[in-house]
Amino acid sequence: MNWGEIVFWVLSAGAIVSALLMVTRKSAVSSALSLVMTFCFLAGLYLTLQAQFLAIVQVAVYAGAIMVLVLFVIMLLNLKEERLTLGTDRKALIGTLGVIAIFAQIAAIIFANSNGLPPAISAKAAELGTVESVGMSLYSSFAFPFEMASVILIVSAVGAIVLAKKKLR
Amino acid sequence: MTSLTNYLLVSAALFAIGAAGVFFRRNAIIIFMCVELMLNAVNLTLIAFSQFLGDHSGQVLVFFVMTVAAAEAAVGLAIVIAIYRNKASTEVDTLNLLKG
Repeated sequence: MNWGEIVFWVLSAGAIVSALLMVTRKSAVSSALSLVMTFCFLAGLYLTLQAQFLAIVQVAVYAGAIMVLVLFVIMLLNLKEERLTLGTDRKALIGTLGVIAIFAQIAAIIFANSNGLPPAISAKAAELGTVESVGMSLYSSFAFPFEMASVILIVSAVGAIVLAKKKLR
Repeated sequence: MTSLTNYLLVSAALFAIGAAGVFFRRNAIIIFMCVELMLNAVNLTLIAFSQFLGDHSGQVLVFFVMTVAAAEAAVGLAIVIAIYRNKASTEVDTLNLLKG
């Protein structure tokens, strides 16, 4: 166990525990704050993968912008606490089996193909994670999708305003 | 160093937790947050593969996933507000307008 592995396991455990907290809390505000914690732990995991740019974007965009929007709506609607039941026994059983099946399926695929996976992080990883490298790729090979992303953002902004207006004239 | 398998397993666990939230919660906003969690699990997979294979396309794709998630958050929350205005609740059980 070297330092890198210890940091990885601490961050992973933190992310999984705060994700579980998010799913099990009664009040929506606690859920949202647990999700912010999960995003911060995930940003740490991105740093262990040497993806600096995306780690910062994760904190700024996800934990900052998106979660502030969600929290704002939760407080705006003044939600009462949800009744936390799993529904009928049959529903709970089917749901639990479904979740276990999803995880087992992904894990089985990972282990079945683990021989073909690259053994160690690539030597170029540190320079691939920089703003420069991601930006070069974004504005050359992915220039058209990048422009389309701006179209999606403007359309969604207009759509959100139209939906949230009281009455359309 | 940590192997790629570990990153993929953590991502799978987060995805399964997100799926559990979508299955079991009733509040539309919390279901919505669980979808965001699943998107993040996939982002972790993309970044891990990108850095282990030494190819930055995966990171550009994560950038687009974040963009779409932001757009989805804006539109989705506007829809939730519109529903709350008509039903005074965000519980998905009360949305039975399309039931015959």
